Amino acid sequence: MSARTQCEERGVIQRECAAIRAQFRQADNGGRSHNLAKLLYVHMLGYPAHFGQMECVRMIASPRYSEKRVGYLGAMMLLDEKQDASLLITNSIKNDLSNSNQYIQSLALCTLACMGSAEMCRDLAPEIDRLLRASNSYIKKKAALCAVHIVRKVHDLGELFTKAARSLLTEKNHGVVHGAVVLITELCERNSETLERFRKTVPDLVQIMKGLVISGYSPDHDVAGISDPFLQVRILRLLRILGRNNEGASDAMNDLLAQVATNTDSTKTVGNAVLYETVLTVLDIKSESGLRVLAVNILGRFLLNNDRNIRYIAMTSLQKIVGTDHNAVQRHRGTIVDCLKDQDASVKRRALDLSLALVSASNIRSMMKELLSFLSSCPPELRSQTASGIFNAAERYAPSQRWHIDTILHVLTTAGGDVRDETVPNLIQLITNTSELHCYTVHKLYRALLSDISQQPLVQVACWCIGEYGDLLLRGECQETEPVQVTEDDVLDVLETVLQSHMSFPSTRGFALTATMKLSTRITENVDRIRSIVSIYGSCIDVELQQRAVEYNALFKKYDHMRAAVLERMPVIEKNSQGHINGETIKESQTVKVKPGEPQHLLFKRLMHSPWLNTDLKLMQPSTLSVFSVVATVTVYEKDGVTVTLSCEKQSDSGLTVTLTASNSTESDIRGFTLQAAVPKSVQLHMKAPSGDSLPARGAAKVTQMVVLNNPNKVQLAYLQLVSEVFDLSPIFYSFGSQNI
Amino acid sequence: MSISETDRGLHRWSPHLACSSAGDFEMVAAVAARSGEQMQFMLLFSRQGKLRLQKWYVPLSDKEKKKITRELVQTVLARKPKMCSFLEWRDLKIVYKRYASLYFCCAIEDQDNELITLEIIHRYVELLDKYFGSVCELDIIFNFEKAYFILDEFLLGGEAQETSKKNVLKAIEQADLLQEPRHEYFNVPVY
Repeated sequence: MSARTQCEERGVIQRECAAIRAQFRQADNGGRSHNLAKLLYVHMLGYPAHFGQMECVRMIASPRYSEKRVGYLGAMMLLDEKQDASLLITNSIKNDLSNSNQYIQSLALCTLACMGSAEMCRDLAPEIDRLLRASNSYIKKKAALCAVHIVRKVHDLGELFTKAARSLLTEKNHGVVHGAVVLITELCERNSETLERFRKTVPDLVQIMKGLVISGYSPDHDVAGISDPFLQVRILRLLRILGRNNEGASDAMNDLLAQVATNTDSTKTVGNAVLYETVLTVLDIKSESGLRVLAVNILGRFLLNNDRNIRYIAMTSLQKIVGTDHNAVQRHRGTIVDCLKDQDASVKRRALDLSLALVSASNIRSMMKELLSFLSSCPPELRSQTASGIFNAAERYAPSQRWHIDTILHVLTTAGGDVRDETVPNLIQLITNTSELHCYTVHKLYRALLSDISQQPLVQVACWCIGEYGDLLLRGECQETEPVQVTEDDVLDVLETVLQSHMSFPSTRGFALTATMKLSTRITENVDRIRSIVSIYGSCIDVELQQRAVEYNALFKKYDHMRAAVLERMPVIEKNSQGHINGETIKESQTVKVKPGEPQHLLFKRLMHSPWLNTDLKLMQPSTLSVFSVVATVTVYEKDGVTVTLSCEKQSDSGLTVTLTASNSTESDIRGFTLQAAVPKSVQLHMKAPSGDSLPARGAAKVTQMVVLNNPNKVQLAYLQLVSEVFDLSPIFYSFGSQNI
Repeated sequence: MSISETDRGLHRWSPHLACSSAGDFEMVAAVAARSGEQMQFMLLFSRQGKLRLQKWYVPLSDKEKKKITRELVQTVLARKPKMCSFLEWRDLKIVYKRYASLYFCCAIEDQDNELITLEIIHRYVELLDKYFGSVCELDIIFNFEKAYFILDEFLLGGEAQETSKKNVLKAIEQADLLQEPRHEYFNVPVY
């Protein structure tokens, strides 16, 4: 009977299940186990089989072995510990554990170890302990693993099995010893006191291993010339746990490990499995340096193995020790880098992790070539990590500024869509600090823009540079690279293309618009074109762009006398960085620092030009704009006799208390003085009640008001906007650096 | 590589790792409590993705098991022939090997030795082979309960209980003898 379609199959299954259900309802008949077996098969195909649960319970209680057998199988498949019915079989299991027939005991043990709930385990633990002590090997080995399951479910019960586990180690039967080792491992991992006690078994374990390694051919347990590799691996793992952080235990196993490492045949996988476990143990315990070198060399040999699996696990292990045994791993750098070209994505990933860890000042140039080549062909899921890794490495070991900039540009061209947001401001900061390369950089970026405007981070940086250094582009000469012959129109064309392209993000268009505006002071002929672009965008549907355009328009019209100064070349951006970017903790101060006596329009300019300018930021009218970084007490407003100062106190990682103090030095009182504040959406604001609402004359008294701010999302540019009737109808704007809130 | 680096990169590497549904989260929580050394489950499935055997050593709901099975089968079947036998999936290590038309797939934890797991899979195949005499997929389909019995005589609670091939086969033989003759299993219809 075979069904051709899903639908047909469902029909057949339904009929069968109905028949089975009918059979279950009948009294004992010969075909019960057959029907249950059919039901289990149906269950495996994915159909519901809940109605079989009670039948399992019944079958388990049957005196017939074949029915018990299928019943227990059914229990393991249908009755996991989450089902209530599972408790019903506890009694059957208990009875069967003491059955005179070992195969029936075996069924009970197997089932308990597979699906026993914590409750069942507590109930039956004493039985298991009894079996651990007094039964034949066949049962003992199963009881040991059952105990393992019990300990995993109910940690406290470990105490119960400790003694029995110890004595099982002395048995001859491999299965029993294996079970004992697994049980001891579990006990030691759960309880450090138990671990201390079991350290005494190290010599015994060493003896057993020696027996396996040295002894002659043992047909029962031989696998390709290795005697019982399963047991060997388990013992090695237990030795690892016992030798960790303990000199004495590590010493006791040193010779054995050296022996296994040297004598195990590595031509077959099974030998390599044992060698692998040996290496893991050597590297984890307090081994002698000679032994450690031996272990790393084994890994090095693994790296050259034809078997991809072996190469893969070699790299996994090397990754674990690249921090502690850096030089040893460096020796294999060539092979590791070759693995970047492997077909298998898992191998590639491992190779990438390792390669990034192995980059150093001496190999940066060659490594970067490999990494950049990898970036252009690597699987998409690895691009982001590769890009970050490259940036990190470049930041740490760049042999020259030009190399650094080139590298970042290369990454942006190849994988621009996968880099983190901070890349753009970081790159801009790097560029401004490398004044001798401004010409070179703007040329390179201009050329990049000509060929591709889809990679947003690249486009943003390019626009910024063109806006800033466009004059260098127009000059038509450059030392470091072939200069371009462009006209002002060409440059404006490129920026306009970015502005109009559907591929450009809103933030990118912002960059392009600002750059266009800046060029108005760097070009001579086409300023009218800029004026018209700016005025067109004054009615742009994008609010952010519109606002900028309107302000730039104002700069042209009302504040033309300031325009040159405002749009001047940017000063070097200071960065209070801890030297980490791109993936590690960013502790940069992104404040615009106040220079004493700095005229307001310059402050405005710096804020406007700041690459960290978040598009959420609202620009204020230049004449009343005050931007300050967070220092002790700052005067935010001082006009017509009214002074408002602001001081901050950091409360927590994201919290800040701001105290505003207002005073009045005029001859008359000011009544009805109120301060209102606004913050960006993701910053939380709580204004406490002010001390008063009138400012007495001649500074007789001050009004203070506390504002509590919380920036849980770490919005980069958090600001506080203060509004009051006395402020000339214009708000005061106060920004916080990210280090402060 | 710092932990934060890994975290940030994770969701980009493998979309299916992102915990979206409650079911996903449950699975992850269940795994976190372990010591890091256990076989969690073994699956056997055909090239067409039909499940032939499933042995679970951790408690999961039917719904979760189905989800895991579906995703894992898809992932493994998508692998090309020469690729590594190991892959990282969720926070488990998957060890798989194809024998003729069947994929044998084990999920192990962080501390487990992948190479020895390959040996465990191989040992199981050898046992099946010896028992059925040149085993093929049809044997596993028609005698699935036998496949389970053999597995249960070799592994217990996810660990190897008997490292001698001979002893496992002897035990199965003896247990088979206990089967009451009336209840010998007939061929189960193939669906």
